[in-house]
Amino acid sequence: MPLNKEEFLKAYRSMRTIRDFEDKISAEFMKGNIPGFLHLYSGQEASGVGISELLSDEDYVISTHRGHGHCIAKGADVGGMMKEIMGKQGGICDGKGGSMHIADFDKGMLGANAIVGGGPPLIVGAALSAKTLGNGRVGVAFGGDGSSNQGTTFEAMNLAVVLQLPAIFFFENNGYGEGTHASYAVGAKSIAKRAEAFGMPSFEVDGTDLFAVIEVCEKALKHCRDGKGPVTIEATVPRFKGHFEGDPQKYRGDTEIERLMADEDCLVIARVAAKKKKLATDAELDQIDAEVAELMNQVTEAALAAPVPELSELYDNVYSSEY
Amino acid sequence: MPVKTYREAINEALRQSMREDPTVIVLGEEVSGGAGCDGDRDAYGGVMGVTKGLFPEFGEARVIDTPITESAIIGAAAGAAQTGLRPVAELMFMDFFGVCFDQIYNQAAKFHYMFGGKSSCPMVIRCTTGAGWSAGAQHSQNLTNMVTMVPGLKVVCPTNAYDAKGLMIQAIKDNDCVIFVEDKILYDTSCEVPDEMYAIPFGEANFYREGTDVTVVGISNPMHKVLAVVDRLEKEGITCDVIDPRTTSPLDEEAILESVETTGRLVIVDEMTPRCGMAADISSIVAEKAFGSLRAPIRKVTAAHTPVPFAPNLEQAWMPKEVEIEAAIRDVLAYNGGV
Repeated sequence: MPLNKEEFLKAYRSMRTIRDFEDKISAEFMKGNIPGFLHLYSGQEASGVGISELLSDEDYVISTHRGHGHCIAKGADVGGMMKEIMGKQGGICDGKGGSMHIADFDKGMLGANAIVGGGPPLIVGAALSAKTLGNGRVGVAFGGDGSSNQGTTFEAMNLAVVLQLPAIFFFENNGYGEGTHASYAVGAKSIAKRAEAFGMPSFEVDGTDLFAVIEVCEKALKHCRDGKGPVTIEATVPRFKGHFEGDPQKYRGDTEIERLMADEDCLVIARVAAKKKKLATDAELDQIDAEVAELMNQVTEAALAAPVPELSELYDNVYSSEY
Repeated sequence: MPVKTYREAINEALRQSMREDPTVIVLGEEVSGGAGCDGDRDAYGGVMGVTKGLFPEFGEARVIDTPITESAIIGAAAGAAQTGLRPVAELMFMDFFGVCFDQIYNQAAKFHYMFGGKSSCPMVIRCTTGAGWSAGAQHSQNLTNMVTMVPGLKVVCPTNAYDAKGLMIQAIKDNDCVIFVEDKILYDTSCEVPDEMYAIPFGEANFYREGTDVTVVGISNPMHKVLAVVDRLEKEGITCDVIDPRTTSPLDEEAILESVETTGRLVIVDEMTPRCGMAADISSIVAEKAFGSLRAPIRKVTAAHTPVPFAPNLEQAWMPKEVEIEAAIRDVLAYNGGV
């Protein structure tokens, strides 16, 4: 089903929120207001938002160390996220997780995961719950070209096929596993074709095109929800930023990032396509941009002003049951 | 009261828990056995036969044979635990933790803390340990210490059938990731085990014997060597507190410390390597918290600091031995202040 106006505007707002959120924390990181590591999702918005627009809060996703975008796409509270990333009270994980472990269980977002390849086995479990409990949910494991080469990912893909689980292995191929190119590190070259050898259908899609992503994800989700087992999607996306904030990126071509930002910006591409499809006017999209910018200012100010966690919280929540 | 083996007791705990709670599932390699084969569909019941008979009763949706794929088994169990099931995953030999340790200590153990208490991981990982079968360096190790050190995990190591049933029922009810360490040497040992369901709380030690001269703490199978020695010494008038912590995480420190305050002498016996093992850990706790009560140096009786050897005579030499346990007890009794 093609997106209607309301659906497109919602998706665009989500993409813009991710981009602005990442820009905002990049700036705050440079000012020294954010501890730890940051891995930004900038440039990849259309893929995470595309599939998330087709998921409910009951469906599960699990993310990677580059996980803010998936969290926002799944509908997480950006105020709680900003506080979490700054290590403040009111953080979505009480300041215990940070950027690399950001999660929102109320939205079915089972967490960013700082172990490359850590997520796919877990989403197999979420899909196993869905199948065993018969609740019709699906599980989506986001990964990159880097995690596509991990043994845990291969094991997860095989087990999902063996047990015929409603799982989607969604690889966002941004060309880089840290500072090594996918054309070198992915032996099979095509992540999607390699997945087919595990015994599941796969799709390749231009991850800068929101409309194309949604079209492919509809097919993939139908396959899963019809009880036909897992699916792999490989979305080709640009990475506008370094592996981490502060990465000098000496391994990248001289004008590569400028070219990617000029030619492969999913927000620009979505705007052009939406106008052509008469889904939105510039004025409507400009207004969303302004509202998102204002929201980012508000959540940033609130997070900066928020107190740090109480030291008494150090020992909280190591165990769920009595210890 | 009926007498049951350690194997039967665990099977009964699983069966009763599965009957009581439809979200409890069992998964692992050959937990029924025979998937896709032409012969018996419940051919194994796990490599040690512990889950035998669960498949006919509960079916393939709840007794799930997996490929040989330890990371995916533990990952699937952890992900399922986060989303509404109570999985009991079988890992066959504890030695295999090496191929899936990330899913244990980086994932399952950390969900609750790392996500601010908003996720939990109610799962059990069953595994076997224990040397003595010439199973070699990769099928004999006791790595209880390696999981005991991980915050977020609970570690259970029953030494008799009664405890095994009650602790398994508790493990399945528990909302954290529980490592359930079964000593394979004990599967055919038996004792009285009630038919009804009962849970043994974690962190409560069992006193196998009560005495006043020496405190002896035993972990897993070596406990039975301890009992043989202590019962012999009793005939000489030497009496010992024999403590089985039953869970190494949480550990019933209080029981050990109180006993040492009475006896002033401590011998700890386990089948782990001597460095950073349970004996070393308990030794440090007592040295730190009950130093004033000690009347002799603490003695550890452990395995040797080598991989587990294959040849039966070497393997016996590797394991903690009754003669060493007896010597350690006599040493701490004879200690005269080092003068």
